[in-house]
Amino acid sequence: MSGIDICELGKQWGAVVAVDRVSFRVAEGSLTVLLGPSGCGKSTILRLIAGLENVSSGSISIGGNEVTHLDAARRGVSMVFQSYALFPHLNVRENILFGLKVRKISQSERRSRLEEAAHMVGLEDLLNRKPAQLSGGQRQRVALARSIVSRRRVCLMDEPLSNLDAKLRAEMRDEIRSLQKKLGLTMLYVTHDQVEAMTMADQVVLLRKGRVEQTGRPHELYERPQTTFAAQFMGSPPMNLLKLDLIEDRSALAAACGGSLPAARFADGYVGVRPEHVRVGQSGLPVRVSATDYLGAETVLRMVHGGQTVFGKIDGHRRYNPGEQLHVSWPEEAVHRFGADGIRIEDPQRVSS
Amino acid sequence: MPAAILLIAFTHYPTVATVIDSLFSKATAIRPSRFVGVLNYQRMLDDPIFWKVLANNAWFALGTIPTSIALAILMALFVNRSIPGRSLVRMAYFTPTVLPMIAVANIWLFFYTPDIGLIDQIASWFGFSGHNWLGDPTTVLPAIMVMTIWKEAGFFMIFYLAAMQNIPPELEEASQLEGATRWYYFRRVMFPLLMPTTLFVLVNAVLNSFKLVDHLFVLTKGGPDNASNLLLYYIFETAFSYFETHFAAALTVVLLILLSVMALLQFFVLDKRVHYR
Ligand SMILES: Nc1ncnc2c1ncn2[C@@H]1O[C@H](COP(=O)(O)OP(=O)(O)O)[C@@H](O)[C@H]1O
Ligand SMILES: [Mg+2]
Repeated sequence: MSGIDICELGKQWGAVVAVDRVSFRVAEGSLTVLLGPSGCGKSTILRLIAGLENVSSGSISIGGNEVTHLDAARRGVSMVFQSYALFPHLNVRENILFGLKVRKISQSERRSRLEEAAHMVGLEDLLNRKPAQLSGGQRQRVALARSIVSRRRVCLMDEPLSNLDAKLRAEMRDEIRSLQKKLGLTMLYVTHDQVEAMTMADQVVLLRKGRVEQTGRPHELYERPQTTFAAQFMGSPPMNLLKLDLIEDRSALAAACGGSLPAARFADGYVGVRPEHVRVGQSGLPVRVSATDYLGAETVLRMVHGGQTVFGKIDGHRRYNPGEQLHVSWPEEAVHRFGADGIRIEDPQRVSS
Repeated sequence: MPAAILLIAFTHYPTVATVIDSLFSKATAIRPSRFVGVLNYQRMLDDPIFWKVLANNAWFALGTIPTSIALAILMALFVNRSIPGRSLVRMAYFTPTVLPMIAVANIWLFFYTPDIGLIDQIASWFGFSGHNWLGDPTTVLPAIMVMTIWKEAGFFMIFYLAAMQNIPPELEEASQLEGATRWYYFRRVMFPLLMPTTLFVLVNAVLNSFKLVDHLFVLTKGGPDNASNLLLYYIFETAFSYFETHFAAALTVVLLILLSVMALLQFFVLDKRVHYR
């Protein structure tokens, strides 16, 4: 029993509302990613769960027990900090065993847990080094090992990979995920990087200004974003959102959307299309090429229609010159509709199909 | 090169000159100064005041240094919490240091004055009779020590505060999550991380305790009966009241040796335990 239940959680500092009635559930043994732009309250939520900040309102339960006002040490959670929080004067071994010593766990038990954890994260040969003598990735592993030896079922991580370079980040991402699965940890993982969220999460909680914007599996957020914010946060380049008020040529738009959508349905709000669904051809919405980025396997085209930017992702290497006039279209199924308030409008036909 | 010239002019030359001076006798009207070898040093060994002053200094250092360091850490811990009016409190602690020493000594003279001084006035409310704090050989050194602690603790607190602000708060949070008490965290994490500061402060405190002269000048002139006399003040007296410049030079050499030995000891002994980077 180690699932986390967050109910109507709130945190204020004076007039600043950092967390506003946030609710979600992390199933036991699963990995939930708290995703959102910087300053949206991710770290605050994590710290509230850990017990490092006092809750203003709402409740937190871990493993079915309410812990809202419980002392941090007694909540049974371990935490990996963004800065790793290693003790600079202690060597790797002492850093890993710090908590076990505090809790007066026997010498033999300490030794066996250390061995196991060091083996798991590949630190066996570095136990006598000080943190300053380790690379970023190795420090990260020490922080992981410290969390592993605690044998706590719930692990909180605050942007653990943000200090690593891109290659190492991809490696550690896989490693953390497989560790979490192997040990059956209940993990809450904070990041602002949607790639981490997409690749690691069982469930993503997307936050915006202290509120939950959308909760769901990664592919649900990607394929069925509930708001324009969610639509644009997931994916790179982001989803194209065409503001309908600004498009004069409605018949061209209808043609671009597959031609079968009645023009009356396009009164106001937004039409959203993922860049990978954009097709360049002879018919549809007229656009002008403003830039091309060749990325190897694909080319990202940046185009403009009436002041609105349209991204297109096209296989392989195709040359387009800036200023060139093209037409873009996309399949009807690829269209997402959002109202003027930014909230998704479900297409009754599509939901039933 | 200019640095070398400055160093020689202001440091090396006076040191060498002092050592040479200490090997000569005092010039009198009938006899000029002459080379006497270690005679001045032998005289020192036979001088009861020298031993008394040295013992005073040892007591003074032992009595002031640990207490002012402990107080400095306590005050820094207190100020390091986010309390309202933090900068004001910080300023208040720092005041003893920015005040000129002579002014400080005068304030304390007012505290210690028999009968009409602040301490005796407060004591009289509780029915205690007046006491001549600075005139009694048994209380004069402790009285000066209290004043020194007050002054040094505020000064050292600033260094500790700066060092504490450099310790990432996650370290405390991480140990809190592991179930460590605040005391455990202080003992096992914060204090070791403050070691470089402690070393720095310790060296300064020891040097200061052997260099103290201005307070004595205002408060006690080393008296009564040399009960509050310290090495540097004794040198000052020997040189400028008794005009025993060569004997004073010998005393100075001893002071220099003491200071160097202590500084070296601290650096080499403590160094091993300090450097964790
Ligand atoms: N100790 C604090 N005092 C006041 N405001 C804070 C404090 N900690 C965080 N905040 C505010 O709360 C909001 C959320 O911060 P945070 O949870 O750190 O965001 P994130 O981790 O998503 O970048 C921010 O606006 C931040 O300024
Ligand atoms: Mg954060």
